[in-house]
Amino acid sequence: MTASRTRPGSDLPLAEHRFFHGMDPGFLSELAAHAYAREFETGSLLVREGDPAEEFLLIFHGKVALEIELPDRPRRTLQTIGPGEVLGWSWLVPPHRWRLDGRALKPTRALGLSASHLRSALEARPEQGYRFLLRLVPVLAQRLENTRIQLLDLHGAPR
Amino acid sequence: MTPATAAPPPLPSPHPWAPVPFEVRERAAETVDTVTLSLAPPDGGVPPLAFRPGQFNMLYLYGIGEVAISLSGDPGRADRFVHTVRAAGKITQALQRVGLHATVGVRGPYGGGWPVEAARGQDVVLVGGGIGFAPLRPVLYELLHHRDRYGRLEVIYGARTPKDLLYYEEIQGWRARPDLRFQSTVDTAGREWHGDVGVVTTRLPECRFDPPRTIAFLCGPEIMMKRTAEALLARGIPPDRIWVALERNMKCALGICGHCQFGPEFICRDGPVFRYDTVDRFLSVREL
Repeated sequence: MTASRTRPGSDLPLAEHRFFHGMDPGFLSELAAHAYAREFETGSLLVREGDPAEEFLLIFHGKVALEIELPDRPRRTLQTIGPGEVLGWSWLVPPHRWRLDGRALKPTRALGLSASHLRSALEARPEQGYRFLLRLVPVLAQRLENTRIQLLDLHGAPR
Repeated sequence: MTPATAAPPPLPSPHPWAPVPFEVRERAAETVDTVTLSLAPPDGGVPPLAFRPGQFNMLYLYGIGEVAISLSGDPGRADRFVHTVRAAGKITQALQRVGLHATVGVRGPYGGGWPVEAARGQDVVLVGGGIGFAPLRPVLYELLHHRDRYGRLEVIYGARTPKDLLYYEEIQGWRARPDLRFQSTVDTAGREWHGDVGVVTTRLPECRFDPPRTIAFLCGPEIMMKRTAEALLARGIPPDRIWVALERNMKCALGICGHCQFGPEFICRDGPVFRYDTVDRFLSVREL
């Protein structure tokens, strides 16, 4: 179970991630100065429930399972995410601690943006911050709606 | 865009409501509550057993009752009817228990089926959820029998858990094919599952197709089909190129009794496959 952290390489450009398509290049350059390329082997944890949420992770390659550990029943995978998707919003919402585990199901490459810097940048540039939230909120809304549909247990036998 | 050819006629029978006795020739337990039955005439009579993908039969268990079940087998095989049945009510629970050589009454095939002919030269997207994947399997067989006639082929299949995936062995074969992208996803899973977890629409971004030249067939819970259709429309597929299969309580299967009425349509007679833009306004009508 290993993960590496390096300065961003040219092969993980922030502007090419789907989440940031079309955002202000100057703002993206500012964010990229505090970004790190991350690589995760199969089975390793990108984030662990309860740990400080210090990065906003953008997935470029691979697949990540969002899991929850339960004391009295087997660990469950609630969702998988892949290239073009983002991992979580715990870095934005106090107390800034991960609420789930994120585990690499295959070799995974991501870009991690420093959460403290990102929060400061969004605060300092409200217009860019608003545009950022216009991208993040639909991700939250879609995941909430998907979770509701999963809760309906539509594919189970009618009760 | 409408089906180009007429559906084959129902089995010859002395009376439209009289089932023809068939024998269970093969029985495969798919999951804990779902079985696939291969039915053929006991004396080898009444072939060929032709059907269009998307059609259904009324299956009758003597003394118990009759239920509409989609055909889920290979339309290229005219020697049997194949049905995948999930135990959901009294009759389907009894069908799940029938053994080899048991007698099952059959009326059909009924309904118009999927417009597979309209998919010629087009990219094709198939999205099935739960037992709703069964009526799409004949489409997939048909497309793969004539693979060169079609463009890109994308299949998404959603199930409750990994243990609820139907046709597990066949899926491994489909996933290995270079001329087909087969994605399966489940609502929840344990650590043993390394595949995707999430609703079927989360797999659509992976799909590659040319929207104006794409036809989509959707089958599953209505909310699943509605969300998937909305996502496909957002990707640019014209509304008259999206088809859905609807399910209501069918009794006569002949468009007479009205049990399966859905707005102005009788699902047994006019469906069960409909063009999405002709039925979407009814999908949000409560209690319809």
